[in-house]
Amino acid sequence: MSNATPKQLIHGNQIVADEWTLVKLPVLGEEVVRKQAGKVVLFKLTGEPGASAEQIAATEIPASGKVIVPLSVWLARKAELQERLAKGELGVWLATHEVVEALAADQADLNVFPLIAVFVERFADGRIFSIGNLLRTRHAYKNELRAFGDVLRDQLFFLKRCGYDSYLIRADRSAEDALAGLQDFTEPYQGAVDLAEPVWRRRQRNGATA
Amino acid sequence: MYKYDEIDQAIVNERVAQYRDQTRRYLAGELSDEEFRPLRLQNGLYIQRHAPMLRIAIPYGTLASYQLRKLAEITRRYDRGYGHFSTRQNLQLNWPRLEDTPDILAELATVQMHAIQTSGNCIRNITTDQFAGIAPDEIIDPRAVAEIMRQWSTFHPEFALLPRKFKIAVSGSQQDRALVQAHDIGLEFFYDADHKMAIKVWVGGGLGRTPILGTVINEQLEWQHVLTYCEAIIRVYNLHGRRDNSYKARIKILVKALGIDEFRRQVDAEWAHLKDGPNTITEAELERVAHHFTRMPYDTLPAHDASFDAAIASNPAFAAWVKRCVHAHREPGYRAVTLSLKPHGVAPGDATTEQMQVVADLADRYSFNELRVSHEQNLILTDVRLGDLYALWENARAHGLATPNIGLLTDIICCPGGDFCSLANAKSIPIAEAIQRQFDNLDYLHDIGDLELNISGCMNACGHHHIGHIGILGVDKDGSEWYQVTIGGKQGSDASLGTVIGPAFSADEMPGVVQRLIDVYIAQRSDEERFIDTVRRIGVAPFKEYVYADKAGKKEAAHV
Repeated sequence: MSNATPKQLIHGNQIVADEWTLVKLPVLGEEVVRKQAGKVVLFKLTGEPGASAEQIAATEIPASGKVIVPLSVWLARKAELQERLAKGELGVWLATHEVVEALAADQADLNVFPLIAVFVERFADGRIFSIGNLLRTRHAYKNELRAFGDVLRDQLFFLKRCGYDSYLIRADRSAEDALAGLQDFTEPYQGAVDLAEPVWRRRQRNGATA
Repeated sequence: MYKYDEIDQAIVNERVAQYRDQTRRYLAGELSDEEFRPLRLQNGLYIQRHAPMLRIAIPYGTLASYQLRKLAEITRRYDRGYGHFSTRQNLQLNWPRLEDTPDILAELATVQMHAIQTSGNCIRNITTDQFAGIAPDEIIDPRAVAEIMRQWSTFHPEFALLPRKFKIAVSGSQQDRALVQAHDIGLEFFYDADHKMAIKVWVGGGLGRTPILGTVINEQLEWQHVLTYCEAIIRVYNLHGRRDNSYKARIKILVKALGIDEFRRQVDAEWAHLKDGPNTITEAELERVAHHFTRMPYDTLPAHDASFDAAIASNPAFAAWVKRCVHAHREPGYRAVTLSLKPHGVAPGDATTEQMQVVADLADRYSFNELRVSHEQNLILTDVRLGDLYALWENARAHGLATPNIGLLTDIICCPGGDFCSLANAKSIPIAEAIQRQFDNLDYLHDIGDLELNISGCMNACGHHHIGHIGILGVDKDGSEWYQVTIGGKQGSDASLGTVIGPAFSADEMPGVVQRLIDVYIAQRSDEERFIDTVRRIGVAPFKEYVYADKAGKKEAAHV
């Protein structure tokens, strides 16, 4: 017990064991030249693909257990993944430069997925917030929504308010410590995903202290 | 003005606790420099040349006298006895210790103040007209909506880490004094045909490295929808704005790349989902907040005051001050007063601890315990009786707060520059001081008349140099400091960006360069024409020609 790797996953406001295996795209041959996140976004408007067909085909998916596959792999290999999906063993992850609509386009009900995860490469990349919001409000996704990557304590409160309920804290940081970040504020001003109404709809605010 | 209830107070208190713990973790090595950076910035803390700089929010430039006293106390206790009022209506401390900043924020929280989102890639302090609520040309007092937007933008979870900083300005007067066209979002309030409050929305304006005036994205937005509409704009920006190059990350670059029509289409597509949602402002909420900005308990006064008229007639110095520093008021017998923070030879916008205390006293005695900060970096008492002006003037003058130069050449708008700011390419304060010395004759200054001179120490343009009638930009050439000059910029409803007149100058050339620009204006002006009017009429060429007349020869000589 004492030598076990510390648990890094927060779900349902507590630290829990992670049942899911993350599947990544393989790096083939020479390193693919990666455009910086923001550039990809501008190019995204012109339809720049995020992963090569070769990479997608070469992605190895463990034969059993719960797996989270990249969005591009799900889109390209949907047929072979149906069985896993039916067993509740398939989650999908996307990076912050990928568009939620790509996932939702031919999957009207996102609640077929028990888990959707969003990868944030740098904690300062605030696209993760809008993505969470869109998944919860626009696409009515209700199951586990996980943030992973450069996920740190001081972003957790914002992530929570944008609809995330699961946080895989960066490996070198304490999840125990990060838990406190979920409690930074008690009564936020604006309506967001967790509390849809702004404070002036939630609470009677007549009492201006003169 | 807006007074916190227990909800507002809890938020700033919790922020102090949060920031105190972040600072503790940083000092304990639990947060890296890179990780602490956005956290401290969102609390207004920069790491600067000599010491950290802390930027304290003054929401839409409104302060109560007790708050100013607290600021004075903080400058004495934690700094070197002065503070710097910035072009975004905030107050900057130049010498706090990092370790003290949690305590400073705790002090601020006791007077309903904070430093939340005064920096960083988030929605910044919302700014407006320093004469909001009292200006004769005001159509709608924008402060209530500004406060609603302050609350909405405070820790907005979706927009906590935008591609770049995001500035919003609101204006409700005929003459725009809030630079709405130079902001990421500019909101211009008006009454529609049915006498309902509506908003003209500008987007993608900004100065900085790529100066550009905003474009109208919505000619007429109903006020209830201002939050959801802004959310739609900022969501499109958050998802699609560039994050690979901070110089190209402002919303203006995205608007330009997509074109306003495509950008508007995307915003409208988002807004279709958000419109009429919970963040739609209710009449009741507007009324609740507007109740904090009701009309002051003015006395019914005659439009004229005999003692005031007599003082004007007998005292030319007082008359000169009234001409420049006293402004029209919508109530008969009242005036607004600008206390100049631009005495010649002092860094523009600086106020000492003592001056802050004096201004707080003056606000208590003459102006309903409140004051304003202008983006021109002066302090304003908005509600002074005509009959009190003379006494106020004597008092202000005794404390160096009555330089009669408001709107004149020496009322220089100036960033802290290379003396303090680690971003700067060049010093700006010594240039301002040298120009003030060059034009230290008040009669001459008044003869030159209305002129706005803005100085920025780098292309980030905190001194708003692009919209100065004369703009000066510090640039770095091969490791030394040079100054590029623009003319023809202007703020207001007919805003324009200045034109560069030619190659940059050294610091010691600058007073002479401004002198030559003024010489051309004096020679060329027609009656009643201001500097900006002359520039617009005759163009840049005559100014350029005279300023550089003997420059070519000199350069050759220097090469010998």
